[in-house]
Parts: sequence; structure tokens; C-alpha cells
Amino acid sequence: MNYTPFYQCHIDSGGKIVDFGGWALPVNYGSQIKEHEAVRTDVGMFDVSHMVITDVHGVEAKQFLRHLISNDVEKLEKHGVGKALYTALLNNEAGVIDDLIVYLTAFGYRIVSNAATEAKDLAWIKQVAGNFQVSLFPRRDLAMLAVQGPNAIQKVSESHPNVAEQLAGLKPFSSVEDNGYFYARTGYTGENGLEIMFPKEEAKTLWLTLLDHGVVPCGLGARDTLRLEAGMNLYGHEMDESITPVECTMDWVVDLSDESRDFIGKVAYQLAKISTGNMVQVGLLMQGRGILRDGQVLELNGENIGIITSGTFSPTMKQSIAIARVKKGTEGIIDAVIRDKKESVKVVKLPFVRNGKIMVTE
Amino acid sequence: MYSNEMKFVETHEWIKNDSADVVTVGITHHAQELLGDLVYVELPSIGSVIAANDTIGVVESVKAASDLYSPLAGEVVEINEEVVNDPTLANTDPHGSGWLFKLKLSNPSDVDSLLSADKYKSLIG
Repeated sequence: MNYTPFYQCHIDSGGKIVDFGGWALPVNYGSQIKEHEAVRTDVGMFDVSHMVITDVHGVEAKQFLRHLISNDVEKLEKHGVGKALYTALLNNEAGVIDDLIVYLTAFGYRIVSNAATEAKDLAWIKQVAGNFQVSLFPRRDLAMLAVQGPNAIQKVSESHPNVAEQLAGLKPFSSVEDNGYFYARTGYTGENGLEIMFPKEEAKTLWLTLLDHGVVPCGLGARDTLRLEAGMNLYGHEMDESITPVECTMDWVVDLSDESRDFIGKVAYQLAKISTGNMVQVGLLMQGRGILRDGQVLELNGENIGIITSGTFSPTMKQSIAIARVKKGTEGIIDAVIRDKKESVKVVKLPFVRNGKIMVTE
Repeated sequence: MYSNEMKFVETHEWIKNDSADVVTVGITHHAQELLGDLVYVELPSIGSVIAANDTIGVVESVKAASDLYSPLAGEVVEINEEVVNDPTLANTDPHGSGWLFKLKLSNPSDVDSLLSADKYKSLIG
């Protein structure tokens, strides 16, 4: 079992620890729903130190990343140091190996990717890196804490007055570095907030300081319901190596604007884009009382038209919601098959919730 | 918490005699703790005749769905509409107002074969 630098903090805060892909992490600290609500209305914090931070250095770092990922890091250069880019890591068939964020920092590029896919991501990235003059530096010396919610930036500023001014001016998907602390205005909740990467020896100090300022510890459970309401993809659910960006609403992170750029999966992606048999990603609203879950089959007039990729009870909307992959053009009311019974669900546009507001109408 | 007036099954339901042949059934404190915030309860309909170990409903929390098993054979004579309307009752008072349904037993002596409070406690550690 792997332990993050916050492990003892979770125990001390009453966290219910589970094995999350080999990492001992809290699923909740009592009530998942209360933690979810704290993030929507105030501020919560999540230990995301299991995620994989890799710094990319070398004279060909930019060429390497322009080949490796679907989005174009050229955009980062235009915006300057601090900018972040969400992207897919595609295989040659344009299947999604992982989704990740690339930051352009004062010290080079930084990649943050998923823990569950760590081994295969790194094997793939290393293999591609072999053709470029680059060095990869895994940063397990850092801890990572996500502080999320409408009051997140205010709370971090109060507890770290030295960066308050810089944080106040920080735009979405941007980052700033101060004294070994890397603050990024990114997140996985649909709320405003920060993801902070910093020396792991200081994990307990930061945790206790934020706790003192009223930041609510939140577990993996709330992290999942928040991202689902925000319509955000989860690897292994909405996307995997057999799913192209076309089918999981990741088109916007495939950048074809520079025709001369050759990136992995480009040709397969262009073919997938013009194929007529595509599935698309939609949101679903349960019309009755049951709970939608991943793996449940979707039908229209008895014909299989798709599958639920993530489902839950939405604490904000007080009803069940889901993300699904369905035949292109699916709309209106369809059936979800739950324990052999057909239940009506309504096809809606994602996201369900953004910045504390419900975005879908009944 | 696990009273001697109650009996238990390995699938984490509790059973309590209301009369010689009618029992109340609910999920245990331990079960609700494992599941977390409950958001949906589906119960068998009144009048349905069920066998022991049948899947007769479901209890769902935000994070997971858990099948509800019939601890004994009998006929469902009452269901708790309040817990259907507010599943969190089974979190806050699982052995009281969060009860699920009442069963008229086919064979009232079946109750004796279920786990005692002590046995259930040792089972869940």
C-alpha cells in the first residue's frame, strides 16, 4: 500500500481509509454529502498527492510535447509562463491512454497525470521521449492538495498572505510559483479553487493551517460526485484506450490548427471524426427515484443505444444523474435498465452544475 | 446497540419479533456505516410472498448499491413509507425509525436459527 504525506492528517481528521488503486486514501470523513456541499457553498480540501507529477526538461521539451499530446503546447508559449493546458494522451489508434494537465512553468514543463494509469503512462511517455533530447523528472518529493469552492482562494490567501496578491490576480487555468509552492487555478469540482504542489515534508503544516481557517476535509466520495455534477471525465469510465476523443467530449483538447504538427493518434483521430457510427457523450437525469450507475444499459424502444459510464445521486440536485455514451442524435426520454426494470431518463447537456448553479432544466 | 431482543443475518439485516409470527426487518448500524449517506431504498410490495435469501429490494448510498435480502420466508405485511421518502432515517436510526418492512413468517420458529447479537458482533469484529 502507498501512503501520501497527508496519511496521518486523514486519520486525525477521522477519515475512513480505503484502498484506492494501491493508495490509502479517505473515502469520506463522516458524511460524503456534507463534504460535497462544503465545496459547492464554501470550501473543501482534497489530498490528491497520489496523482503523478512529472517535470519535463531539455532542449527539445516543446517538440516532444507537441508530438506526445493531442493539445498544442504552442498555446502555452503564447500565454507565457504559468499557463496550464488540459489534454489527452492518445495512442496510435486515437484511443485515450490518459487525460492530463501540462503547465508551462519558469523551470520548464510540468505534467500532472492520473495515479491509476501511472505505470502505463510513464512507460508510454518514456518510450516517446527516447526520440527527443528531454529528461523526465518524477516528483514524488511533492505533495498535492486541491482546495476547492467559492471561498477557496480567499482562505488560501488568508493563510498565506505572502501570495495573496498573486492569487487574487490568478486567471483560471493559470499557475504561480512562490518559494517552492506551486499554486494552480485548476480543479476537478466545477468550482473555483486551487491545486497546490509543495514539499511533502510540509503537508501536515499546510493541512492544519487550512483546517484552522475552516477548510473542510473532503474524501474521494465527494470528489467523484462533484466531478460528475461538473460533467468531467474520469479515466476508466468516460474514457479508455478504446474510446476516441470524439466519443468522450474531448474534441476540444485535440488541436488540429497547425496542420504541420504531427502528434500521436492524429490520423486515426481525423478518421474517427468523420466516421458516421460515432457514439457521443451526454448527461442523463433520472425521472423517478432510483439511482443510475455505471454499466447500466440504455434503450430506446427496446433497442440498445448506449451505456452509462458514471452514475450517482447528485447531492446538489437531490436526484440521480449520470454521464452516458449513446448513439449520436439521441435525445428526449430514453430507458435505463436497472436490475431488469426499465426506468425513464432524460437526455441533457453537460454539465449539471457549475459554480454552485444547476445548469440543466427539468 | 446490538440488542439481545434482536436477531441478525450475515447479510447485515436485523430482525425483531413484534408478535409470535410477525417480525420487523431493517439494516444494521454496521451496514449503514459501511454504505455511508443513504439516498434510495426500494422495498418489496405489500402482499408479496418471499423465500429466505431472496433478493427483495435494494438500499443505495451515494457511492454504492447494496441488495436487500429476505432473512426469512413469509409474506410482506407492511413497509416503512417514511424510510422510502427519507432514506437517511436508516443512517440516523437504523435499529429504530429506519426499519424497512414487516414480515408474517411462514414458519415462526425460523427466527431461532438466526444469529444472536453476540454472534453478529463477533462476525463484524
